[in-house]
Amino acid sequence: MIDYTKRTSYLGDLEKQRSAHKLVFEGSFNPGLPERGYNNRTLYINLSTRTIKEKPVTEQMKEIFIGGRGFGLWYLWNAVKPTTKWNDPENEIIISPGPLGGNTQYPGSGKSLVVSLSPLTDIPIDSNVGGHFGPLMKFSGFDALEIQGKAESDVVIFIDGQKGIIRVEEAPLESVDSHIAADIFTHMYAADEFDRRNISVIASGKGADHALMGCLNFSWYDIRRGVARLKQAGRGGIGTVFRDKKVKAVVVRGPTVKGDMNRPADIDRVRNTGIRLHREIHDNDDKQCHMRTQGTAHLVEVMSDYDLLPVCNFQYGSHEDVKNIASYTWGERFTQGIPDGCWLGCSMGCSKGADGHIVKTGPYKGHSVTVDGPEYETAAGLGSNCGIFDRDWILEGNFYCDTYGIDTISFGTSCSFVMECWQRGILNAERTGGIELTWGNGAAQMELLHQMARNEGFGAIVGQGVARMKKLFAEKGWGDPKLLADIGMEAKGLEYSQYLSKESLAQQGGYALTNKGPQHDEAWLIFMDMVNNQIPTFEDKAYALFYYPMFRTWFGLCGLCKLPWNDIVPADNYKTETPAKVPEHVQNYVDIFGAVTGKIIDKDELIRQSERVYNFQRVFNLRMGSGLRKHDKAPYRSLGPVTAEEYLSRQERYDKQLRELQGLDPEAMSLDEKIAATRAWREKQFELLTDAVYKRRGWTNDGVPKPEHLKEIGMDLPMLQEVVEKHL
Amino acid sequence: MISVNTREQPWREGLNVQSLLDEMGFIFRHIIVRINGEYVPEEAYSARLIADGDDVQVLHLIAGG
Repeated sequence: MIDYTKRTSYLGDLEKQRSAHKLVFEGSFNPGLPERGYNNRTLYINLSTRTIKEKPVTEQMKEIFIGGRGFGLWYLWNAVKPTTKWNDPENEIIISPGPLGGNTQYPGSGKSLVVSLSPLTDIPIDSNVGGHFGPLMKFSGFDALEIQGKAESDVVIFIDGQKGIIRVEEAPLESVDSHIAADIFTHMYAADEFDRRNISVIASGKGADHALMGCLNFSWYDIRRGVARLKQAGRGGIGTVFRDKKVKAVVVRGPTVKGDMNRPADIDRVRNTGIRLHREIHDNDDKQCHMRTQGTAHLVEVMSDYDLLPVCNFQYGSHEDVKNIASYTWGERFTQGIPDGCWLGCSMGCSKGADGHIVKTGPYKGHSVTVDGPEYETAAGLGSNCGIFDRDWILEGNFYCDTYGIDTISFGTSCSFVMECWQRGILNAERTGGIELTWGNGAAQMELLHQMARNEGFGAIVGQGVARMKKLFAEKGWGDPKLLADIGMEAKGLEYSQYLSKESLAQQGGYALTNKGPQHDEAWLIFMDMVNNQIPTFEDKAYALFYYPMFRTWFGLCGLCKLPWNDIVPADNYKTETPAKVPEHVQNYVDIFGAVTGKIIDKDELIRQSERVYNFQRVFNLRMGSGLRKHDKAPYRSLGPVTAEEYLSRQERYDKQLRELQGLDPEAMSLDEKIAATRAWREKQFELLTDAVYKRRGWTNDGVPKPEHLKEIGMDLPMLQEVVEKHL
Repeated sequence: MISVNTREQPWREGLNVQSLLDEMGFIFRHIIVRINGEYVPEEAYSARLIADGDDVQVLHLIAGG
């Protein structure tokens, strides 16, 4: 039995570290609580000009952009020029929780949305994250935080929502690594033990100092474990931007949270809606997804059973050793029986923690740590996709990715790419500096990560991500550029998340026809398409690739978690005409939006709210030199089998498709001919899907939002029209 | 023949819902089965026979991470 209260302490030098802090600049504000979900002001900090100011939130901003990701994109648009790069001082990091963020009555209401120009994609990235920062900042008095400029040396930004003080302090001594930084700053800025629950820290890590795939960790203080727990804004390299600005941490100290601090218009309605969902979770989770005991890792063996688990760089979809990293093994490894919600009041509580992990590599070797996760993406990305079916190596990688500030998804996909390059002789020991990147080599994976954190060796190259590695390898004459393009799983510069999309045309679009790159939080349609066969036509798929991305976007506008939408459903959901939409929960969201903000909407207006921001982001991409059809291309491995081994692994299926879909006789074809015919057909299908999706979204055939569509959805703003007209 | 999620599937005498799910590898714990539009509760899977020509819908309620 692991004692979940015990771990290595990092607090021995806290007083020395505190005394080394020097004030750089400061400001003050009047702490306040939101009214109907909004404070109607945001906080702007410029580290270059040493400026702190408040900005008003206008009614138009709320009407058009709602909050969260919408506010982030709006502020970013105003901050940057079309020529701005991620490491220019004018690039911003914007953090906003949205109007529903901070509710404690409805599960999954604690998300923050983080927006910046991505080092990986050079276009806006949005990433959602749990932890207490967003709600505590909101209950201090701000709907968003903008950080612009760069500090001269490492700083901590401290927002004291109890005293109304903002301090930017030089902080030279503390580790930047998140598992230490979050714990130290929680203790440093809390007045006493009780006050630690009012603290949340944003930190990154040494890896983000150099790699382009840096993530942010948002903490919350786990009073039972006595440790700052971590959730990640993982995608797109925002941690890299954070460290480029020389921010070591952002710390908020909010008031002690009470149930009514969002000051909703109708708290009884919010409460009653929440009670119904709490009951569903209590009654149904053990029969449905097991989120309370396994978190999203419940998906691991399900994906393998349905041939969807990425194995060895998305070559295959299942593996016999999946039993070693299956959901039940994580259920055994996670500490059970203590609350694990990443925000207060979330009875789903899927932020599982593995206590007592003894670190076996790197600078923290021998330390006892609590690892947050792994979630499904991490188990698949660091595990199966690299041929690693060893729970301890996955925990080790999870721990170091988090504390070094590295996105587990981008790192997992980058690591699997170089492992396949090793398999195919594109890489060898001379080129990797002696690291043997064989499938399943957990120690090699860790060495890449440690090198990444030290900015040395082949690990530093891997930290640049798949797109840049493909270019570099081709320039060096390592491997066939066409093969590298086919097997390097990135689009727009962002690495694919961890689902095999080869057999689902809709999911191929769900990954590639996105604003920010191939992240499954826009659309996850694999089962609807491939297994349930609910969206057989191009028009069906196009509708799904309209509705679901818009519906999911809405969570990011409001500060909500997607998981309570459809990872738990009412027992009678099967009676509805559209069980995949979970109509009762859609109505819940309509209800709580009205109950918090006082603005009555219906389910169509909910989609329309998202559509405004989604199209704004598409035009933003255009403004930054992206956002056209040519930018929505997918690597062929996401569409079909690249190699002979892949084809042969599913020969029966592919031969059948040649016969039934193309009228060809596979018996009369060579393997190369079959692979070529399959490719030609699948690439054509993807183009036809793209046509249908653009049409359904109101875009031209080149992917540009049509002016009349922008007008129809209320986004005929001159600034958008000016950008769009250049592409018509 | 029967139809499973609008795709043709061989039928045999005595085929019940549970054996169909087993044979198709539909092991996910959270699914909805309808035969000719009629909902089949989980506890009836073994007893509910499928007739030749039936239209079977097996909806997996799974939604990704």
